[in-house]
Formats: sequence, C-alpha cells, structure tokens
Amino acid sequence: MNHDSSDNTIPKPEQLAELVRRHIPDAQVEVGLFSGDDHFEMRVTSAAFEGKSRVAQHKMVYAALGDHMRQRVHALALTTSAPQ
Amino acid sequence: MTDSTQLDPIQQGIDNLVKANDVVLFMKGTPEFPQCGFSQRVATILSHTSVPYAAVNVLLDSAVREGIKTYADWPTIPQLYIKGEFIGGCDIISEMATNGELETLLAPLRPTQES
Repeated sequence: MNHDSSDNTIPKPEQLAELVRRHIPDAQVEVGLFSGDDHFEMRVTSAAFEGKSRVAQHKMVYAALGDHMRQRVHALALTTSAPQ
Repeated sequence: MTDSTQLDPIQQGIDNLVKANDVVLFMKGTPEFPQCGFSQRVATILSHTSVPYAAVNVLLDSAVREGIKTYADWPTIPQLYIKGEFIGGCDIISEMATNGELETLLAPLRPTQES
C-alpha cells in the first residue's frame, strides 16, 4: 500500500527520542519498548506544552515523529506534560 | 497523492457519525470482541461509565480506518469523540478516567434511571 521510497525498518527508541528533541528543543524524553520491537512507550516533558490541551501536546509529538507514526510504529503509549 | 479530503464522502460520513451521536468510539473490533489492547482499554472504560456510546469498528472498512486519522489529524486508533469533539486516544482517555475529567464530560449524558 505504501509506495514511497522511504525505508521500512522499525526505528529504534533512541531514534524516536532524537526526532522529538529536534522538533521540540527543550524536550526531556524517556522512551522504551513495552512489547516486541515496535510497541513504544514515551514520556515527554517540555515547556512548549504549557497552556496546551493534551490533544495539542500529543499532536506536537506525533508531528515530530512524522511518517514513523503513520507507518512503522505499531503502537506508542504517550504521556506528555509541562515541567512542574 | 490526492489532497481532496474536503469533499471526500468518507470524511463526510465520519462527520455525520460524530455529529449524530453524543459519544462515539472508533476502535479496532467491537466492545464485545475488541481486536487491539488499546481499543479494548477505552471500550472497557466507557462501558463502566454506563453512558451509551456508538462504537465504529474501523477494521470493517479500510477507508474509514485511514479516513478517521485524517479527520482528527490523529495518527492512531482508538479515537473518542464526545458531543462532536475529538477528546483523545487511549493514553488521554485513560488519564481522564483516572483524574475524573471523563466523568465530568460524560455525567450530563448519562440516562436517568427510572425504576
């Protein structure tokens, strides 16, 4: 179904964390696998989330992950928050 | 590479569903037979609220399965809508169930018991 030329390897947790840090520069990212090699869990803390709804916060992370989110990440358990 | 989601009949159909029902859950499988752990978790949370909801099994139609991601600009399923508004996916709904926000949203929609 996907006929783009990007490679279809499953990203490593650290690659995903790096993408988030690149798009949300002050982000503190903890990422790991909770099952198999494509079920990720991620916790992101950033001042950029302040005053935003959780839906908006999660969308910022999804945007950072880009195509990974649509194609190669089977599941992502995501928690976002602004620093206390 | 089409980008004509505005007039897409699938988008229109999803929009009609979301607006015709106070609570709509787009999920993989059904509340009775969920096909994904995340969908199962949200269906279980909703079932415990005793507020009626419409469940849409996206596995029955690949156009809906992809279309719902475009509709909410949200890349994952399940997706919960209350009163026409996208509320969140599994992580957000789980958090809202724990901290009481979900109950606040759903309480006005709970049918009154006549016994």
